[in-house]
Amino acid sequence: MSGVTVDTPSDTSIVLVRDFDAPRRLVFAALTRPELLSRWLGARGWQVVDCEIDLRVGGTWRVLSRGPGGAQMAHGGVYREAAAPDRVVYTEAYDDQWFAGEALVTAELVETGRRTTLTTTMQYGSREIRDAVLATPMRRGVAEGYDRLDAVLADLPPTVPAQQTERAHHAGHVHQTGKSPEEQAR
Amino acid sequence: MAADVLDAAFVALADPTRRAILTRLKGGEATVGQLAAPFAMSQPAVSKHLKVLEHAGLVSRGRDAQRRPVRLEARPLKAVTDWLEGYRSYWEESYQRLDAVLDDLEADERRGRAQ
Repeated sequence: MSGVTVDTPSDTSIVLVRDFDAPRRLVFAALTRPELLSRWLGARGWQVVDCEIDLRVGGTWRVLSRGPGGAQMAHGGVYREAAAPDRVVYTEAYDDQWFAGEALVTAELVETGRRTTLTTTMQYGSREIRDAVLATPMRRGVAEGYDRLDAVLADLPPTVPAQQTERAHHAGHVHQTGKSPEEQAR
Repeated sequence: MAADVLDAAFVALADPTRRAILTRLKGGEATVGQLAAPFAMSQPAVSKHLKVLEHAGLVSRGRDAQRRPVRLEARPLKAVTDWLEGYRSYWEESYQRLDAVLDDLEADERRGRAQ
């Protein structure tokens, strides 16, 4: 299984390409059925708690996720095209507007044998917005790291020798990541 | 990595001709004439692209006054790929969960057929 590739063919777009070892109709279902989308979408430590999808042109979609420390994040948009099983086009905006305006997302599925290539093109309003989006998952990753560190620090007794601090840090890290998002969703 | 270096690199990389020039330079240094040859483009047009790449620090020019060979500078390119790596790994993580969902769906279908 090859990993996802990221390309920036223009100043305002991002293209993701990834192969899946499954027929196209199943990949399409996993992208557009709420009970399936909920199981995989989102950053580490976040889980989808509510997902509504009205898959038709002009229909809306909305995803509510909960993350570290009870943080909530909601995003959604409107379907512009819904051509099962090979193409879906929708707008995407976040309630907290961490990127300005809305993105236009095009997902195209091509089946070869029983494998499916998913190409997702995300079009943003400006280069600044696109660049901010590219930088954000990394920022989230850093924030998650700090969250874990906070948890470790909170668990520490008031005075500990440096060596024990080191060990406690590792224990806290394992504890925090011991549960995968799939397990949390169950 | 300084934001302005990334900015310049992204501007430079947004153009398909400039990306093709970089790909060519992976194989070794080349003169402007050699770089222009595969494109339906004049040497001054190629020189303009090279100025953008040079400004972004993606290429450098040799001192040889006659040939001034162009060579690839790997460092800013690595900065861009490192930066994209955070974004890439975020999606790869999600897609690996999607792999698991698809496995479950296929297993369900196989069970359905067997009954």
